[in-house]
Amino acid sequence: MPYDPNDPLKDRITDIGPRYFRDFFPPVIEKNFGKWLYHEILEPGVLVHVAESGDEIYTVRVGAARLMSIELLREICDVADKHCNGYLRFTTRNNVEFLLDSKDKVKPLLDDLKGRKFDGGSNKFPVGGTGAGITNIVHTQGWAHCHTPAIDASGVVKAVMDGIYDEFGNMRLPAPVRVSLACCLNMCGAVHCSDIAILGIHRKPPMIDHEWIDKLCELPLAIAACPTAAIKPAKTEAGGKTLEVNADRCMFCGNCYTMCAAMPLADELGSGIAILVGGKLSNRMSRPKFSKVVIPFIPNEPPRWPSTVNAVKKIVDVYAKDAKKYERLGDWAARIGWERFFEKTEIPFTHHLIDDYRFAYTTWRTSTQFKF
Amino acid sequence: MAKRNTPMLDELEKGPWPSFVSDIKQQIKGKQVLKEAPEDLLGVLELSYEDKITHWKHGGIVGVFGYGGGVIGRYCDQPQNFPGVAHFHTVRVNQPTAKYYTSEFLRSLCDVWEKHGSGLTNMHGSTGDIVFLGTTTDHLEPLFFDLTHNLNQDLGGSGSNLRTPSACLGKSRCEFACYDSQEACFNMTNEYQDELHRPAFPYKFKFKFDACPNGCVASIARSDMSVIGTWKDDIRIDQAAVKAYVGGELKPNAGAHAGRDWGKFDINKEVIDLCPTNCMSWDGSKLTINNRECTRCMHCLNVMPRALRIGTETGASVLFGAKAPILEGAQMATLTVPFLPMESPFSELKELIEKVWEWWMEEGKNRERLGELIQRKSMQEFLRVIELDPDPRMVLEPRSNPYIFWKEEEVEGGWTRDIVEYRKKHQR
Repeated sequence: MPYDPNDPLKDRITDIGPRYFRDFFPPVIEKNFGKWLYHEILEPGVLVHVAESGDEIYTVRVGAARLMSIELLREICDVADKHCNGYLRFTTRNNVEFLLDSKDKVKPLLDDLKGRKFDGGSNKFPVGGTGAGITNIVHTQGWAHCHTPAIDASGVVKAVMDGIYDEFGNMRLPAPVRVSLACCLNMCGAVHCSDIAILGIHRKPPMIDHEWIDKLCELPLAIAACPTAAIKPAKTEAGGKTLEVNADRCMFCGNCYTMCAAMPLADELGSGIAILVGGKLSNRMSRPKFSKVVIPFIPNEPPRWPSTVNAVKKIVDVYAKDAKKYERLGDWAARIGWERFFEKTEIPFTHHLIDDYRFAYTTWRTSTQFKF
Repeated sequence: MAKRNTPMLDELEKGPWPSFVSDIKQQIKGKQVLKEAPEDLLGVLELSYEDKITHWKHGGIVGVFGYGGGVIGRYCDQPQNFPGVAHFHTVRVNQPTAKYYTSEFLRSLCDVWEKHGSGLTNMHGSTGDIVFLGTTTDHLEPLFFDLTHNLNQDLGGSGSNLRTPSACLGKSRCEFACYDSQEACFNMTNEYQDELHRPAFPYKFKFKFDACPNGCVASIARSDMSVIGTWKDDIRIDQAAVKAYVGGELKPNAGAHAGRDWGKFDINKEVIDLCPTNCMSWDGSKLTINNRECTRCMHCLNVMPRALRIGTETGASVLFGAKAPILEGAQMATLTVPFLPMESPFSELKELIEKVWEWWMEEGKNRERLGELIQRKSMQEFLRVIELDPDPRMVLEPRSNPYIFWKEEEVEGGWTRDIVEYRKKHQR
């Protein structure tokens, strides 16, 4: 019985929720649910989990661009059918995991994956993303689909992952390094606790579309949306209702634009990238931490964003050489001190890096304990 | 062959990492119903690369009957040049918890999306949903019909509602899982379908379920209610396996550092000295843990997964109020309930959620996240609402400012005094 456009509510089904996850478990997972004993990473991208029963499941993890065509998804299904009885999963960091029930299936799968490339030449299924290395960059929509971004997302991620590709397929860093990207301060991807965060920011106050604003927006909502109270009512020359922005108080969050489409603020020169480092969200050893801004602005440089790629590579390289085993990037920076972090990474420290928003004081140094 | 020139995007076909540009190009030859969409998406993206600015407009109100969320309207601001993506709405499809699939189900999703959209997806969006990227309004109802009738599959959340909950893979493949994070996530998703599909909240609300303090779904940083597995009793120790790590027969940290020669495993340097509470000792043949002092940071378990296991009295800690910076600045979740049993049907958790929502819906301002409300009204007020006694586990340290908001009923004799009586003893 297909959909009937003349009677759209006929036999309607709603609120059934997602499919039950256990319907998609490989038998070995169903059998050993809650009875896993330990795991090992056999090589980058290849894991084995061993159950109390002695059963094993092998996982081959591959990176993906997140933005995927159904042609590619069908190829992923082909691979899963050929090697792992059709069982696979995705990780929270947009990797694909092929799930195998025996060790002898691993090598044929790895060999198969190695040979699959896009027409343009890039790998379809790079293997890695495990242990003390760099796994896939989680990211938002950027210029491919979003209305508020300061930067692209998929393109920056592609360029950065090309730049740090060797760390995806290796496990030679002191600890995992999680790189994340959000294309504006809304942070759909919540990148604020990443080892390295690539964040789109705006630097110009919103423009006001005076002719349309009263037709497009609820003006009080736009006023209320501003966290610094920088927006107030105004009149156009013709006497119509409009808004006015106190530019000195604007910190370019874009929240007004989210509430009111007649206040666009993205700009070719004004918008670009900030780099934050040192966040983590695991409770391992030290507490979860926010990332801190270390580069306040890098211009948009499509198509390959070289300054951003180089900044990420430089931070990773210095950290890799200097940190101790198990030490996350933020714990390393805290141990050596931020004065040393800027020295070693050769990143200039500017006034933009001293907090001047709410709770700024908690980040100032209230001690004579510092390093020359 | 593409009909549009995209010289800048073509640069992104180079390099080893999977190219989304190459992938979109292969969909140009696909059988998707919106034939021109992949090509025009590349076209408009190329234009953004030239202009260094997005060409997408605010979403309008689109959706399926009876739902206020799940579909996000999206329109191109150059529709005349890119008619294939003039209307390009996103559909959020509620992912199977922890994102396990069979190829059969994944193919059926592809088939539905071929029939009703652009053939492009995000696997997955940041909140966890399967994202169908780009369709037109007239396809929304038929798509929803096919999803529900043929695939037994519902949409996810968007707007000021409960966002699609997500969980780590928990007990399905992890030895550290302290509770069944997947079952909890699935159960809550179904329990609160109304809140998920019909926006009635001040702003978005996210649940996320991490089965242990390693936090693989990042719940502590990005969910209004973060449920993190933990245990109360002792870490189980296999002393023979500890010796095997010390002796080099077992690889530390499950082999996570195998790409570099860090030297021989040194249990003192790599475990004992790195314990944040110094609650462990190694006398050369026996590992001892003073479990009462352990804060369950997971480091020793991560380093020696074959020797150490989580305890058996397991449950979860519940934290509230995490969010990204918009509006009041980023917040990490605050530990509120140190330990909650987490057995299905998760009644204690539901009771807690409903108290929190009632308060937030009553007191929260438009676009005020729970964490911001807690800051505005105080943690004490929040604890009163959820009927929980204060506990030193909820703070890093007690307050340092003594500006305490005493309530009248807490002060002997109340606040009403007589100025005339006062003046009898104290001249003006």
